[in-house]
Amino acid sequence: MSLDRVDGLDKLSGKSAFVDDLTVPGCLFGGTIRSPVARGRIRKIHFSTAVDWSDFVIVDHRDIPGSNEVALIESDQPALASTNVRHLHEPVLLLAHSKLHRLREGLRSIRVEIEAAPPLFDVEAQPTKEMLQHGSDNVFKRIDIRKGDPASVFAKASRVIEGTYRTGSQEHVYLETQGMIAHQEGETLVVRGSMQCPYYILDALTIAFDRPKERFRVIQCPLGGGFGGKEEYPSVVAIHAALLAEKAGRPVKIIYDRQEDMAVTTKRHPSRVRHRTAVDDDGIILAMEIDILFDGGAYVTLSPVVLSRGTLHATGPYRCDHVHVHGEAKLTNSPPYGAFRGFGAPQTLFAIERHMDVIARDLGLDPGELRRRNLLCQGDTLATGQKVQDGVDLTALLARGEELAGVSLATQEYAAFNRSHPYLRRGVGRATFYHGAGFTGSGETHLASEVWVEGLADGRVRLLTAQTDMGQGTMTILAQIAGETLSVDPRSIEVVTPDTSLVPNSGPTVASRTAMVVGKLIEDGCRELQRILDSGSGPPSGKDFQNALELHHRENPGDLLRVSRSYQTPPGQNWDEVSYQGDAYACYSWAAHLAHVEVDLRTFQVRVTDYVALQEVGRVLNEVLARGQIQGGVAQGLGWTLLEEVILENGAMKNHQMMNYIIPGSGDLSPIRVFFEEIPSPSGPGGAKGIGELPLDGPAPAIINAVCHALSASIREIPLTPEVLMEFLGGKE
Amino acid sequence: MTTPQATVRRKVQRTFTVNGDVEEVSFLPHKTLLEVLREDMHLTGTKHGCELGECGTCTVLMNGEPVLSCLVLGLACEGADIETVEGMAGPDGPHPLQKTFASIGAAQCGYCTPGFLLTAKALVEWNSNPDRETLKEELSGVLCRCTGYLQIFQAVEEACVEIRGEGETK
Repeated sequence: MSLDRVDGLDKLSGKSAFVDDLTVPGCLFGGTIRSPVARGRIRKIHFSTAVDWSDFVIVDHRDIPGSNEVALIESDQPALASTNVRHLHEPVLLLAHSKLHRLREGLRSIRVEIEAAPPLFDVEAQPTKEMLQHGSDNVFKRIDIRKGDPASVFAKASRVIEGTYRTGSQEHVYLETQGMIAHQEGETLVVRGSMQCPYYILDALTIAFDRPKERFRVIQCPLGGGFGGKEEYPSVVAIHAALLAEKAGRPVKIIYDRQEDMAVTTKRHPSRVRHRTAVDDDGIILAMEIDILFDGGAYVTLSPVVLSRGTLHATGPYRCDHVHVHGEAKLTNSPPYGAFRGFGAPQTLFAIERHMDVIARDLGLDPGELRRRNLLCQGDTLATGQKVQDGVDLTALLARGEELAGVSLATQEYAAFNRSHPYLRRGVGRATFYHGAGFTGSGETHLASEVWVEGLADGRVRLLTAQTDMGQGTMTILAQIAGETLSVDPRSIEVVTPDTSLVPNSGPTVASRTAMVVGKLIEDGCRELQRILDSGSGPPSGKDFQNALELHHRENPGDLLRVSRSYQTPPGQNWDEVSYQGDAYACYSWAAHLAHVEVDLRTFQVRVTDYVALQEVGRVLNEVLARGQIQGGVAQGLGWTLLEEVILENGAMKNHQMMNYIIPGSGDLSPIRVFFEEIPSPSGPGGAKGIGELPLDGPAPAIINAVCHALSASIREIPLTPEVLMEFLGGKE
Repeated sequence: MTTPQATVRRKVQRTFTVNGDVEEVSFLPHKTLLEVLREDMHLTGTKHGCELGECGTCTVLMNGEPVLSCLVLGLACEGADIETVEGMAGPDGPHPLQKTFASIGAAQCGYCTPGFLLTAKALVEWNSNPDRETLKEELSGVLCRCTGYLQIFQAVEEACVEIRGEGETK
């Protein structure tokens, strides 16, 4: 079924109030003074004497009541730099003024003087001693996954194929930039704005202000897109707005403009992945050695967990008994890289899926055939020892994908076409992959997400979770899950907008976990509500449920009929964080994506002419929303592959506007044909699995494999902009 | 060098039609139409994505033509007929485009949506049977990061069926 979005008409009539649409009486405008260099020691802050500073609110690190940090995994990132800066644009000072033009004048009239230190921009370079800024080697996190004895296999292998693959960064370009409003309400600091994770912000505020949680209230406004960009970064904006509001004694609004947003906020981690693979003459993979390097930027932020997901997806969906995956996330003096849809997996999946085509070419095998010989079967184990038992037949999935994309006919036609056409080259490429749904390892167990389901006196049901709707349809899908479980009209289900003073902590809205993990808790909560209302004739549903609910409230006036449900680790799911062995994810979604391309040798432009996205995501809860997730994810992946180039200068994004950072427009996309296979999974509500991130994994390898097919070339880096392709082809001749 | 005291900011008054109502609006003369709509008329349905004329999010109709309200001065609107997303629904309910955008999933986060709705409205008023290539071209001034555009194209095509009056015969 496809319930229309519950927030649809508000969004279509201009009624949805995003954070910058809110007017708060007496509100000041806040802004940020940032470091003008990538690394150094703050010597002095110069305030221009031409400005009357008396009516400005000015905040620096000394105004932070608690610990000067943006609390996340580690405590290394200051909320405001005190003595040292580690990246260009690092926040140093905050200003607020009641007039926007005066604020802008103030922001222009302060100069931060810094004694520069040598910055490190190349993550692949060996840092000199003076460039060490984190531990003894600048490594934020190191992960090893070991299976079998790869060294002994390589020692006697007759055929070893190597490849090094690189991916560039990517900017989220959510259409609504970062923004927060903070104000004092009695003893409580209220922060509202554009965020994916209200409870991350709550935790960060309690540490920066050294105050109990009860003294803060964090409220989510409608989000104009997130894609991971509003996972951890909003904590920075929230702390800043709260500091200014407290000092000013008045509300303060901080809205980043587009250029500031693109220059200073997190982006996808750039990567370099090296593969060494031992294969036999039939193309059977005997051993894999994978070495992963992620550029983490200047502070730890989420890099350890992004790396974790990267390493866990590095082998691709292939059977191999002897594996060593080594991953490192390292410091550079770039603004911290962060969460972006896919979270490390798109990088390592690009590498393995490109490498599979490289192996196929080396062996003279069809790339589809090479995959078929190595794809995981039910009962096989991943590198962590986790047994594959989702019931999916990957060989059949790939075969269906190839059929839908008309691969065999196209291969023949393209061969003839490419021989005869003066400047156009056509090719087809594929990628087979998986994406672990929910938090990695014991993450969900640690989160211990809690949801509340309330049965109201008027027969309706209210859902309370911390899940945010950033466009993917959280409110709709949760209402639909409850409606289906109770057999009532989903439009009668109230989904409460996240507000930490009202909703329990059901965890962040990330990691393709909302529909699956939180949705499952909602389903369980609804069932419990039915059990409570069971008067002996079985759990009521539909009209009976509503009648039973109304009866309950008549008999127990004023009763808060609230069911709480918390995440329980599924029996038999084990994970060892130290050895990286066990069940890395509760379940996986699986996919085969295929791309047809046409390369113009005059302009070096790559045009995707057809795209087939076939996936197995468990039961599809809402076809319209699911299709939207896949098409939107593929479009974003296409951008990362062919168009979006983050150009760095002094470690930070130089092309920080949409004029020269190109995201796909309406004319850049081919048909994206979406197909689902549905094998109900026990992990999610009604058999659903995670879906949101999966589609970003496919486009880069499928499209580049198609380009390589078209050109008989071996391209190992993205983005493949026309300039890069021109240089690549020029260099070959 | 500017001293804040040196600048005296005086509002100007202009008359233009917004969503069918003739309005006298006072605003600072440097303001863009986007700022006048959002700040002086509290019509916040029109969003801003870059304020540099790059993203198309702030598109409104001026005398029936799509314009980037971040690049039009409020002063230039004297006597003009402005239409924003708040004025799209008619007395009989939502515009056909609003209905199909809802049912086909063309609005995800909804932030670029007003820009698309108005651009599409201008298009379907002169061509209620656009082909895909026309749609791609005509909507290319507005960026969307959520949908991949396909559901937007579909929603416009579907709305055109109703606009052409073919809805009932199906």
